[in-house]
Amino acid sequence: MIRFGWLLAELAALVAVLFAASLLIGPAGLPAGESLRALIAGDGGVMTLVMREIRLPRAILAVLVGGSLGLAGAAMQGYLRNPLAEPGLLGVSGSAALGAVLAIQTGLSAAFVLALPVAALVGAGLAAVLLLALAGSRGGSLTLILAGIAISALAGALTSLVLNLSPNPFAASDIMFWMMGSLADRSFLHVWLCLPFVLAGAALLMPLSRGLDALTLGEDAAESLGISLVRLRLRLVAGVALLVGATTAVTGAVGFVGLVVPHILRRAVGAMPGRLLPASALGGAAMVLAADIAVRLILPDRDLKLGVLTAIVGAPLFLHLVFRTRREGA
Amino acid sequence: MRALRLSALLGLLAVPTPVGAAPARVVSMNLCTDQLAMLLAAPGQLLSVSWLARDPRSSAMPEEAEAYPFHHGGAEEIFLLNPDLVIAGRYTGRATVAMLERLGIPVLIVDPARSLDDVRDRIAEVGAALGRAEEADRLIAGVDARLASLRAAAPAIRKRAAIYAARGYTSGPASLSGAILDAAGLDNVAAEAGFAGGGQLPLEQLVMLDPDLVVLPTRWPAASVAEEILDHPALRSLQARARVAPLTDSDWVCGTPAVLNAVETLARAAEALE
Repeated sequence: MIRFGWLLAELAALVAVLFAASLLIGPAGLPAGESLRALIAGDGGVMTLVMREIRLPRAILAVLVGGSLGLAGAAMQGYLRNPLAEPGLLGVSGSAALGAVLAIQTGLSAAFVLALPVAALVGAGLAAVLLLALAGSRGGSLTLILAGIAISALAGALTSLVLNLSPNPFAASDIMFWMMGSLADRSFLHVWLCLPFVLAGAALLMPLSRGLDALTLGEDAAESLGISLVRLRLRLVAGVALLVGATTAVTGAVGFVGLVVPHILRRAVGAMPGRLLPASALGGAAMVLAADIAVRLILPDRDLKLGVLTAIVGAPLFLHLVFRTRREGA
Repeated sequence: MRALRLSALLGLLAVPTPVGAAPARVVSMNLCTDQLAMLLAAPGQLLSVSWLARDPRSSAMPEEAEAYPFHHGGAEEIFLLNPDLVIAGRYTGRATVAMLERLGIPVLIVDPARSLDDVRDRIAEVGAALGRAEEADRLIAGVDARLASLRAAAPAIRKRAAIYAARGYTSGPASLSGAILDAAGLDNVAAEAGFAGGGQLPLEQLVMLDPDLVVLPTRWPAASVAEEILDHPALRSLQARARVAPLTDSDWVCGTPAVLNAVETLARAAEALE
């Protein structure tokens, strides 16, 4: 338990360091001391504007998005007892993006601000329900992945269709944003738009740790320990939909975070899915902060999409996991 | 039908338009060449323009374009019009242009204008291809005269301006938009940030450059994430410090005499800064 506390403290420290780095790195190349002073003291000048309205919301969103995806991935993997379960891969993020695109293109989000995250979380929720129905509670790898492929392909195609039908000439180029995700030029509007949903989602998923730990002993054993599987499943779907839906609505679909982070941290938490929840949330925040710093350092003037970097790291790991799963004959 | 088309094709191959003779059946494939062709062509000489020429958001001559049948730029559509000259833009419908050239149709490829001198050159180029050099000269003389009077009226003290569009795209001095800015008597802050042509200027760099005037595009129907940057609170705060001038795509996008309307509108906004 002491070791687990240390792990969380270390992860939190890593997030804090990356958060500070994210605030200090940017194309304008501001001096570190002065920019921090402008951020905290606030002189009403342009530097304060840059720090408070551009860099600060971007760093906060990186934490929210990464934390949400890490937590949602860990929870799905814990419930399905399958390390391949990840919101991006299984089409939950893609369905959330479809919901968001529909809200924007129908004008719903312009008429009613909350329509954007709500439509996205409805999309994510429908995908999650469909997945669990198809994969069953045990989550056989093959069925789960095939169902995920079908859902993400359909969501991606419909997203492209809606954007291609739009009268706006920029809508088609938005396809890349929705498929790959980006934190570029996001503002506090986006932070406030997703924050309440993220907090609600986290509040639903965090208390599942005891149930997920019990589930490692099998469903019967878990029920005999007083865990209601029906309630667990409901909370899981609602929590994942809230987290993935709200964050995808403002940053597009960022894949592989929920796959990579739980995988890296699983041994450190003694393979306990309950402990993996807070650890993955912190780890996910660190991963997205790092990826968002990297996109600004690698191609500062090109708006490299976040999902490109997370996929370059995540896809080989996914292949490795597929290979291992096959070898184990699961 | 196929035999008919084939004979049309053979006819074209057998009797090429004599060099120097004015083409009689001209089709334009590009929004900008559409407008130049409509300004210069003799009655009946221009058969068809692109569908975009009728769109008032993109085209400076939507009403004039109503008089011409439009097409969507497909090789089949254009071939069936049996043109003896097709005018295309350098970067539009390249596969279509290659196909038309393979079918033996003469194609004039016009480069986009990147300066006000380019505008004069493009008018002369399309005029020559249409056998309407005199009309072209007259049009160019009109452009020169109006430009001279606009430059003479430009404010003496040059203020600093930025063009900022969807996805944070800015236009540097070596672009048509940059030339419009310059002719309106404004200095382009994109040059200070090292831009020659166009490119993405990160919002925080724009804010740090602190221009006196921000030229922002008119919004398109239905929303897009690419345009959300124009609603960013940091840009709104900048607008509280700086003035804003509108960028209407139809006057800015093509190297036609319409750019002078853009220069005039912008020069008026620049005067208001003093």
